Amino acid sequence: MELTTFWFILISILWIGYLVLEGFDFGVGMLVGLLARNDKERRVLINTIGPLWDGNEVWLLVAGGATFAAFPEWYATLFSGFYLPLFLILMALIVRAVAFEFRGKRTGTQWRRRWDIAIIVSSTVPALLWGVALANIVRGVPIDADKEFVGSFFDLLNPYALLGGLVTLTVFLVHGCLFVALKTEGEIRLRATALGLRVGAVAAVLAVSFIVWTGIDQGEALVWLFGGLTAAAFVAALLIATTGREGYAFAATATTIGLLTIMLFVGLFPDVMPSSIDSAFNLTTTNAASTHYTLVIMSWVAVVFTPIVLMYQSWSYWVFRKRIGVQHIPTEVLAS
Amino acid sequence: MEALDIARWQFGIVTVYHFFFVPVTIGLSFLVAGLQTAWWRTGNEKYLRLTKFFGKLFLINFAMGVATGIVQEFQFGMNWSDYSRFVGDIFGAPLAIEGLLAFFLESTFLGLWIFGWDRLKPGLHLATIWIAAIGTILSAYFILAANSFMQNPVGYTFNAAKGRAELTDFGAVLTNKVLLSTFPHQIFACFMVGGAFMAGIAMWHIIRNPDRDVDAFRTAFRLGAVTLLVAGIGTTISGDFQGKVMTEVQPMKMAAAEGLYTTSQPAPFSLLTLGTLDGSKEVYKLEVPRLLSFLGTGTFDGEVKGIDSLQAEYEQTYGPGDYSPNIPVAYWTFRLMMTVGGIAAAAALWMLWATRRDRLPKGKWMLRTAIVLPLLPLVGNSFGWIFTEMARQPWAVFGLMPTAAGVSPGTTTAEVLTSLIGFTLLYGVLAVIEVKLLLTYIRAGLPSIAPAPDPDDADAPLAFAY
Repeated sequence: MELTTFWFILISILWIGYLVLEGFDFGVGMLVGLLARNDKERRVLINTIGPLWDGNEVWLLVAGGATFAAFPEWYATLFSGFYLPLFLILMALIVRAVAFEFRGKRTGTQWRRRWDIAIIVSSTVPALLWGVALANIVRGVPIDADKEFVGSFFDLLNPYALLGGLVTLTVFLVHGCLFVALKTEGEIRLRATALGLRVGAVAAVLAVSFIVWTGIDQGEALVWLFGGLTAAAFVAALLIATTGREGYAFAATATTIGLLTIMLFVGLFPDVMPSSIDSAFNLTTTNAASTHYTLVIMSWVAVVFTPIVLMYQSWSYWVFRKRIGVQHIPTEVLAS
Repeated sequence: MEALDIARWQFGIVTVYHFFFVPVTIGLSFLVAGLQTAWWRTGNEKYLRLTKFFGKLFLINFAMGVATGIVQEFQFGMNWSDYSRFVGDIFGAPLAIEGLLAFFLESTFLGLWIFGWDRLKPGLHLATIWIAAIGTILSAYFILAANSFMQNPVGYTFNAAKGRAELTDFGAVLTNKVLLSTFPHQIFACFMVGGAFMAGIAMWHIIRNPDRDVDAFRTAFRLGAVTLLVAGIGTTISGDFQGKVMTEVQPMKMAAAEGLYTTSQPAPFSLLTLGTLDGSKEVYKLEVPRLLSFLGTGTFDGEVKGIDSLQAEYEQTYGPGDYSPNIPVAYWTFRLMMTVGGIAAAAALWMLWATRRDRLPKGKWMLRTAIVLPLLPLVGNSFGWIFTEMARQPWAVFGLMPTAAGVSPGTTTAEVLTSLIGFTLLYGVLAVIEVKLLLTYIRAGLPSIAPAPDPDDADAPLAFAY
């Protein structure tokens, strides 16, 4: 296999990791506004992802860094071209990180409510915009002969991309519901499953429309294959959720997000960013790549360290496997 | 203003702001790990309370560091896409490795440390903070490797067909002599920040609340002050080494730092020059003869090149243009970095003297010094970075790529201005909240330690909850 192909696959895996992991913590963040009925329940929700969200977010940083190292042209065109959406995502991620850490650091309902709103908004914005961005990458944007994006912000807000955004938004919400159902006990656990199923019905319609649109656009058999698998996994997730087996249901939404991402990247390959002006201007895995030497070094680093990272991250999920409920929320005024 | 100027302002603002939190994170993570180790070894509750107290201050700061760090990685692509295309083959690798090796370590193990008090055995729990602390050091090494390439490009070849620099020797990038001199200097400077933070806060408590936890705060004070002092000596020695490397690879930077216009042998060190700083008019000058020669070359009669001769030399090599950075900025940031750092170390010495044996310090000057102390090395760090980056101008990558050539050609002034204003406003608001929170927790003093929850009680409250 060409090293450029290997790195395309590796970056796809990093995006899958990011979207599957941060997908559920975005979902939980949004649920602070939808599912919780009082301050204690909001705290239960936030604490289900407390030890995990920061590690999840690093997947994005590594995906970004890996793109910079392996496909500098892709990194340069993508992030200068998608300037404003990325700016909004970064603003949201800053607010979100601070909100999680700061909300418990003072007493007073006013203080907490404000951070709750910050968490809800800053989880919703990236959940929507990552879908918009990914859909635009796959669909192609105006890129000229110099590999520069020459479109405008509003070119990015086309119907296909907006549909993609709604898909990530709703699927993450369902993913978050099932995570909460898996990680909590008591009444909130039951309500999470119920809400997940209701949102799931909407998400299923959106996702299937998006898959069909992508399939017609790309016209590749593999895209149809992975699109079909995505739909099947999502239906399976919702069916399993009705039986109350939350672990399997959550694994199935994780699979759904993974397969959906694979579908998009399969459609993309061997391009990394097609041009809507002229296919001669497409950025591809070869014309956007770093030198062979850089890729060799990066491959060794990735092959050695990725398994180690996966091991200790899994371990941290294991350490915090216990379900929590309102009775576990300490009553003292400040988080200790 | 053009997009270039705004992009430069944005880079400066978000980077300097981010760098308020980085040295606190690096310095304090080790000090907190040290305190927790002391508790683990002795069982003395004083160390546990100090661990929790400074641990919380550390986490408030760490949250801001993480949040503002995300922008750092993506702004290269957003505002500096031509720079990214030019150096991505080399510059991207340390950045990606930093993420894979360091960020995962820091975030995962800090999560385990924060939430793991009642889930992990004490020894294992202690290990998590040490691993996170080591992650911060790894992170510094790889990001400095990327930065050092910009100061002194090594291990690359220029590919004219593709118009980019390409990596030929990654080992050379990781052993760049600028990196080897900058890394210890930066780490010592971070320990100065962490030590000053701990010493200043502890001293404030001792003076303001002499009836509360004085013994514990004395311990924290002495740990912080000794760290500050030792790290101050380390910073000086490594800085001297760094100065020699800088004189060798970036002579213009040293000349600008000294406002030295004509090549001199031996060269004097300027303590203070009042004048126009463009060399045309000097009102007052205070110099130490031969010192610059020593700092720059290691001998008292070494030659140090001046701005004018370097300018002529660079025009020959790179064509017509202005190759000198903003001289007043270079001159003053260089001086302020050293002065402010020196004052911090001197203050630590004074306060250690005042608390020798069992003496208790008092007086409003001691109190004022305690309040200012945490800020001094922090400000010194900022000046140091402003100097390092601004005195490299007009180059983004020294000798290879001018800063003006690196800016994104496609982005509009309006876009860059939007993000500049957006980040600046958000950072401003967060700064106010952060400082208020820090002050609240500092004033609250050491927490009392609740008895450990019954491990058999499934409904026992979490040891840590948001």
